[in-house]
Amino acid sequence: MKFSFASIARQALSGHQGWPEQWRSPEPKPAYEAMIVGAGGHGLGAAYYMAKEHGCKNIAVLDKGWLGGGNTGRNTTIVRSNYLWEASEAIYGHALKMWPTLSQELNYNVMFSPRGVMLLAHSHHDEFAFKRHIHANRLVGTANEWLTPAQAKEFCPILNIDPGIRYPVVGAALQRTGGTARHDSVAWGYARAASALGVDIIENCEVEAIRRDASGAVSGLETTRGAIATKRVGVVVAGNTSVVMAMAGVRLPLESFPLQALISEPLKPVMPCVVMSNTIHAYMSQSDKGELVIGAGTDAYVSYSQTGGLHIVSSTLEAICEMFPIASRVRMMRNWGGVVDTTPDRSPIIGKTPVPGLFVNCGWGTGGFKATPGSAHLFAHQMATGEPHPIAAPFSLDRFRTSALVNEATAAAVAH
Amino acid sequence: MLLIRCPYCETERPELEFKYGGEGRLVRPDPNAASDEEWTDFLYFRANTRGRHAERWRHAVGCGRFFNCLRDTVSDRIMVTYRFGEKRPEDSAPSPLAGEGGVAPATPDEGDRA
Repeated sequence: MKFSFASIARQALSGHQGWPEQWRSPEPKPAYEAMIVGAGGHGLGAAYYMAKEHGCKNIAVLDKGWLGGGNTGRNTTIVRSNYLWEASEAIYGHALKMWPTLSQELNYNVMFSPRGVMLLAHSHHDEFAFKRHIHANRLVGTANEWLTPAQAKEFCPILNIDPGIRYPVVGAALQRTGGTARHDSVAWGYARAASALGVDIIENCEVEAIRRDASGAVSGLETTRGAIATKRVGVVVAGNTSVVMAMAGVRLPLESFPLQALISEPLKPVMPCVVMSNTIHAYMSQSDKGELVIGAGTDAYVSYSQTGGLHIVSSTLEAICEMFPIASRVRMMRNWGGVVDTTPDRSPIIGKTPVPGLFVNCGWGTGGFKATPGSAHLFAHQMATGEPHPIAAPFSLDRFRTSALVNEATAAAVAH
Repeated sequence: MLLIRCPYCETERPELEFKYGGEGRLVRPDPNAASDEEWTDFLYFRANTRGRHAERWRHAVGCGRFFNCLRDTVSDRIMVTYRFGEKRPEDSAPSPLAGEGGVAPATPDEGDRA
């Protein structure tokens, strides 16, 4: 059913009792043309673009839990593209160009709100790094501008620009085209649109083994809901990528760390933008429900626990209270963690693996949400054609052997 | 907040006193003989184990020394810590998750580097 004014009016007349399921819950078929493991935004989106743009009709997305229950449902929903290198600008910019029309594309409101993302500089070194980013961004046509402390406060009035605080604000880099989107809606919107195009979304179905034929190529998956034959598998499971890929004997340059976030009680609108500070490991925005959404840095050690140390969020809140004194008496409602798969150069890996028929989209680390539509679109090309899209080509697994790294340690914004 | 037993100070201290030292038992290849693949593996590729993870920690604001640790990366329970040069002790209380899917079996002990 298409969402429209007319459909809402019709449903209103029947007391909103007639809305159908938004996606099908089919039994797995014995075989598929291609399968994606991981029903987060990146995986569901890839299936959607495979069906829509590449005509793949017999494909499935598996998830060991429910769709959108991993990092898609756990992130702080920030969207931006102000990375340093041209390859990064191309891949994050590809996504940023898709965000403004994504709701129309999917006929599902992903609540994209380009309210501006401001990265705070607290030192001479920060200022140098951010200005370098700004110049690099402007050379490739990405809007990014330098603000003085007074201009930063004008853009975000609750910001504390007192030069006497522990980490004074010496300026800020502002990307006005960045902002936030509703994370769950992205997964739900892609799931609904993919399902309508015939993609089977199979939840509560965990992969237990990757089958390979005599030549070593992928021949199927063994799952908790039976064996399924397929010649192409795309693994899009973020923090658990090393675990799934180990089933095919593939090692990766990944380490999985807990990344925490927390959310306050709802307040009236106080915060018109997103503010991030990688020097003091904190970032904050306000959701449409009024909660302050706060993100921390990663914990120090490898972990799959989807939680983390309280001292990490405690130091984040100290920083938040100094940057935003208005938040000092706000109560926090919830705190949670996700497991992020980080690469040594803080850039993602999209493409082939040494196993024929096995593809991977991983390594988005602490900042994958912003890339969801672009990543999905590029990975669909990889899955459908077997070859990388030109924008994704620099992000191959092979770059760690050739040393053609895409180092975004500064732009990653989250300390790790 | 982890509670970590420093095997040199022989006392359990909060995580704040320690620095994580990364995966243990990484052996630097011979620079005269190593291939690109061996260097790549040493520099970038990691086990990233879900389950029993062999790692190093440093008692940064205590004795300052590095030591070895076995920790379950699902429960974050520290199984055992031990000094460099010591053979890995057997974990007396196995992970409650041992035997379930996704938990890596213990790797053969080649002796931890001093």
